Amino acid sequence: MKKFIEEDGLVMPLDRANVDTDYIIPKQFLKSIKRTGFGKNLFDEARYLDKGLPDQDCAGRPVNPDFVMNQPRYQGATILLARVNFGCGSSREHAPWALDDYGFRCIIAPSYADIFFNNCIKNGILLIVLDEKIVDELFRETEATEGYRLAVDLNAQTITKPDGSEIGFDIEDSRKNVLLNGLDDISLTLQNKEEILGFEKQWQEQSPWLFKTIGT
Amino acid sequence: MAGKTLYDKLWDSHLVKNLDDGTSLIYIDLHFLHEVTSPQAFEGLRLSGRKPWRSDANLATPDHNVPTTPDERSQGVEGILDPVSKIQVKSLDSNCDEFGISEFQIDDPRHGIVHVIGPEQGRTLPGMTIVCGDSHTSTHGALGSLAHGIGTSEVEHVLATQCLVQKKAKNMLVSVNGQLNPGVTAKDVVLAIIGKIGTAGGTGYTIEFGGQAIRSLSVEGRMTVCNMAIEAGARAGLVAVDEMTIEYVKGRPFAPTGDTLEKAVAAWKGLVSDSDAKFEAVVELDAADIVPQVSWGTSPEMVAPVTGNVPDPATAGNETKQNNYLQALKYMGLEAGTPIQSIKLDRVFIGSCTNSRIEDLRAAAAVVKGRKVADNIKEALVVPGSGLVKKQAEEEGLDRIFTEAGLQWREPGCSMCLAMNADQLGEGEHCASTSNRNFEGRQGFGGRTHLVSPAMAAAAAVHGHFVDVRELELN
Repeated sequence: MKKFIEEDGLVMPLDRANVDTDYIIPKQFLKSIKRTGFGKNLFDEARYLDKGLPDQDCAGRPVNPDFVMNQPRYQGATILLARVNFGCGSSREHAPWALDDYGFRCIIAPSYADIFFNNCIKNGILLIVLDEKIVDELFRETEATEGYRLAVDLNAQTITKPDGSEIGFDIEDSRKNVLLNGLDDISLTLQNKEEILGFEKQWQEQSPWLFKTIGT
Repeated sequence: MAGKTLYDKLWDSHLVKNLDDGTSLIYIDLHFLHEVTSPQAFEGLRLSGRKPWRSDANLATPDHNVPTTPDERSQGVEGILDPVSKIQVKSLDSNCDEFGISEFQIDDPRHGIVHVIGPEQGRTLPGMTIVCGDSHTSTHGALGSLAHGIGTSEVEHVLATQCLVQKKAKNMLVSVNGQLNPGVTAKDVVLAIIGKIGTAGGTGYTIEFGGQAIRSLSVEGRMTVCNMAIEAGARAGLVAVDEMTIEYVKGRPFAPTGDTLEKAVAAWKGLVSDSDAKFEAVVELDAADIVPQVSWGTSPEMVAPVTGNVPDPATAGNETKQNNYLQALKYMGLEAGTPIQSIKLDRVFIGSCTNSRIEDLRAAAAVVKGRKVADNIKEALVVPGSGLVKKQAEEEGLDRIFTEAGLQWREPGCSMCLAMNADQLGEGEHCASTSNRNFEGRQGFGGRTHLVSPAMAAAAAVHGHFVDVRELELN
């Protein structure tokens, strides 16, 4: 799995609460059976003025000049600054796939939806939770300063601002460990194979009706 | 020692191991799969040379991306016109075949929306842990099972290990006290709950729905409520097991029988929160205060009573929320203060894992019976949740009631709830929808969704705008 250790990158502010995963990647792109290639359709309905189609070349599509992602100053951004409850709605992992494919490595917001949070960790994207007031301040500074960058260090759990000041952030040890080491969590779980088999045996004895083989 | 909540009990009974880093390994009894969130997981298994841990703990069906017109469906998977969709549905068939997983294919009489067929078949049983690569897996909590949505990486993880690594959520009780008024349904209850606690109100929690009004709902109604727990931010919703739950399960194709059933029932009866259980959060609503709900914005928390008006963003609290309201009104093409009942509609959708079961169709049919769809409604779709719901409805003559009134009677699938297939809104069109999400573009590029109950959607179809279903006389 992809690691996250540190990221020194340009920040793009997305000033919108409750950004849902339909907004991040609309449904028509979920017809793909691959994990890659979703970046060109990230935020598709806000980013373009027309309706996007799967497998379409986006180069000639009319872009929405008002959408933040189309402003020249934010090209190449790798850190997304967002509002409360980011990633709510559908469980589609295509949302983190699209963010990753576009180039976002880290998101900073006051809160996230639970399923989206897990999906991002599985894809090596660091989600940082900060107090709403600090996020407000970052929005003001990002919008006021062209080329505004932040340096995120997961090991130290710090964000360094352009003026050198630091903001600390919390992250659960388990998530930090997975991200820093890019661990394959299926292999990790299978290290507990004996315990799973043991559990399964007693559970089947206790609840045999859960183990009926399904017919077709 | 304090008693346990239902969630605590389900968690404890499935705990394989507490891991050193504060997470836990939880055993999964049942895993549903569909065509959209599984192909990359199967590919992952192939690449790593892994096999499913227990193939009999999985059941698959294509639902998100299947056409619903009788023409396209008459030829099974080969009849799917969209070549990209056809590949996706065929991939599910071949993956299930390769990995030995049972599937109700597109032309199986038991095919349908995964969250409808699970309970219908008795695959969903009280006391189970259930996951699926779909956020509305919370539906199955209506039967006292711990059920929630997962992403594709976790789909692969469950296939390979029969477990998930999880951190325990907090406990929330949402109690709806007293009795609902006539014409007020499970959908109105859950929309009112989301309106009260907000779309992130349940984040980090498992919500148990209780109180007299919830207990009085049918099992299908409880499914509607648990289905939308995720719209309040909670991955899982629960309703405690009672006699109604047990009666619902008995006799279904995959439910236990004989002595095993007796043992199971004895275990299921314990699937309630202890009277001294501790909840970290408790929310109470008075059922008598709930009236039919209509969403006016682009988040399920943006709801108003049908008797009310579109709210003024200035009343929305902090600046972020005010901006959120302004963005929503702009997208919806609505002005603050507009009476809900004056919102004109273009399309109507009755279906989805929230409201496509037989009781939903009966409620909608009772409203449209002997009436006609209004002239300004371009299209009104009725999409049953499964092949068996469709059959039952046809035996009751509901299909004729719908078609005589001018609604279309379709084949089962997710349809216009997420509009991955051809069932979509046009740009700027307003739709009365019994689905679960009113997000921007959800039902089609530029489409404007209003979430309502089946009876409210049917009434809107007949009148061309929202009306208070409580004031209608039924034929």
